[in-house]
Amino acid sequence: MNKSIEVTALARVEGEGGLYIGIKDGQATEIRLDIYEPPRFFEGFLVGRYLQEVPDITARICGICPVAYQMSSVYALESALGVTVTPPVRALRRLMYCAEYIESHAMHIYLLQAPDLLGHESALSLAAVAPEVVKNALRLKKIGNHILSAIGGRSVHPVNVCVGGFYRWPDAPPLKALLPDLEWGLEAACECVRWAATLPYPELDVDYEYVALHHPEEYGVIEGEIWSSKGSQLPIAEYERGYIEQHVKHSNALHGLTAGRTLYLVGPISRLNLNHKQLHPQAQEALKESGLRLPLRNPYKSLIARAVEMVHFYAEAIQLVKTYKPEGAAHIELKLKAGEGAGATEAPRGLLYHRYQIDAQGRVRFAKIVPPTAQNLPRIEADLFALAPSLIPMPQEAATLTAEHLVRAYDPCISCATHFLKLKIEEVK
Amino acid sequence: MSDAKKPSVAVYKFSSCDGCQLSLLNLEDELLDLAGALDIAYFLEATRAVKPGPYDITLVEGSVTTPHEAERIRQIRSEARFLIALGTCATGGGIQALRNFGNADEMARMVYAHPEYLEYLDKSTAIAEHVKVDLEIWGCPVNKHLVLECIAALLQKRKPNLPQYTVCMECKLRGTVCVTVAQGMPCLGPASQAGCGAICPANGRGCYGCFGPAGYANMESLSERMHTLDRFPGETALLLRNISGYVPAFRKAADELHIANAASQKETK
Repeated sequence: MNKSIEVTALARVEGEGGLYIGIKDGQATEIRLDIYEPPRFFEGFLVGRYLQEVPDITARICGICPVAYQMSSVYALESALGVTVTPPVRALRRLMYCAEYIESHAMHIYLLQAPDLLGHESALSLAAVAPEVVKNALRLKKIGNHILSAIGGRSVHPVNVCVGGFYRWPDAPPLKALLPDLEWGLEAACECVRWAATLPYPELDVDYEYVALHHPEEYGVIEGEIWSSKGSQLPIAEYERGYIEQHVKHSNALHGLTAGRTLYLVGPISRLNLNHKQLHPQAQEALKESGLRLPLRNPYKSLIARAVEMVHFYAEAIQLVKTYKPEGAAHIELKLKAGEGAGATEAPRGLLYHRYQIDAQGRVRFAKIVPPTAQNLPRIEADLFALAPSLIPMPQEAATLTAEHLVRAYDPCISCATHFLKLKIEEVK
Repeated sequence: MSDAKKPSVAVYKFSSCDGCQLSLLNLEDELLDLAGALDIAYFLEATRAVKPGPYDITLVEGSVTTPHEAERIRQIRSEARFLIALGTCATGGGIQALRNFGNADEMARMVYAHPEYLEYLDKSTAIAEHVKVDLEIWGCPVNKHLVLECIAALLQKRKPNLPQYTVCMECKLRGTVCVTVAQGMPCLGPASQAGCGAICPANGRGCYGCFGPAGYANMESLSERMHTLDRFPGETALLLRNISGYVPAFRKAADELHIANAASQKETK
């Protein structure tokens, strides 16, 4: 039997794209994630900008994970200048990242993916039957946003991050005032893991190569090495030796591959599989209680990985807020010099790599940005190939929904990757 | 009230980062009430349910950068009773309008191995350059409370109460000491629309104009003063040529500074 599945505009993903699956004689013959999110040429217009403008500009690549873009930028530029930030600055950067994981994961778990698992079109329709779930979800998300606002003035495109640290130390009282909310959030996140473990996930078992940052002393988010489940361990500066990007015709996003032209996976599943031993004890406890077996090989269950991470980041945020004490200068004074530097951090959706060349006046001469979704795109297409045979006996509506759900489970960030999605499963004659 | 009687709302995305749509989802305390008061007919980031137009309120995020987008905005306008341009990409071309100052083909070659796979227009432009816009809400990102105010005003059939003053006034309101006067930093606060809450000066830095130029801004006077404070060559010109850099008032002021900078460099040589 031949049929086609086409989704011209995918819903509940960040950015714009479609999906096409061509099926002939029971086999998928063609799969395309069409990324019609327009190209915006960030790496082009960054050239000539002064280095302190870079985190403000790269934040605009993504409204959901601006902190990740700011952080990969500042680490890359600090590497180019050969400077290292002070421990209190680093701690505040971790706290900002905790906040971004909290708001981004809460949104993806409840507003973007859970409606698929519960047979709803949106969290808004879910709210009509399960108002408490959605109200808690919104509160979980709001707390992350409040931390960001307390540090950076606003949650989308915060304004306090600079190369070398922060423009000024955020006031301690508004941050400390969030502690009761954070304590509530930690409990609610643990409850989220218990709830996530009960949801009906479609079956899919994939042999992934997991790639994530690994840090010797903490759950890897900033700094460390790029580790792969196949054994590769690269310093961040050597990322491009291990991983490449390809430009394919149906996508305004580049496609990431390993240097050996094989597919790999970045994001919460990779982080959890590689770094679970470094989770906060409460997150390890929640993981154990969920009954989830590692390595996790089902992309739909990335929701559980996000929930476990949300426990971790709530717990870490509590520690960081309790110990927050502005000490010393909020940023180091920079001595400009020509140079080149790479930076990579773990955005909520996965590894985010930046490299810049700057001149002696601190102007950008070259910029390269590799977003997580670009790295996952070939992997998503391959998973859809694996899924396609099971779609054939399904009614069209159910087949379309199952394929869409798979794409959404990846939490693709299409604005970021464009440099994404339409679902069409087509009968090929 | 049945869905049929509630005003229908559609939210569209053009070239952008999703941050302004996210501002709607970030109305955590009001989102469920808002969804109760409105018939959310098209909002792909939030729901896969799509109802046919026309729509009573249409919110458009992003700028027009591709031939497809130029066509699509006309289609959307034809189904929109009241169209709101949401955020500085939609109102002023946005950060991606920085490419308007260079050559689009050259930039495409810098970023992509196969620029021939891409379709794009020469310039990133605001929605109002393509179709009639009924209301502009500036900001990168928009202030979610101002978006709520505009939707509430439409529901109550009154004029929205948007601040008609500059970031400078917001500093005074929150008691921030002027970063230009006290610390000698270039700041676009005197010429930029209010709405952000003057968060940049409050964080010890100058405003970079992400809410766009205020209607009555005296750009000549501002440029003349600010550029004497440049901490590195061309700082004020770069401040002007940033998030709102393609908006005429800032564009013209930056052009003039570039000419002045070039002339003074010539003199020192």
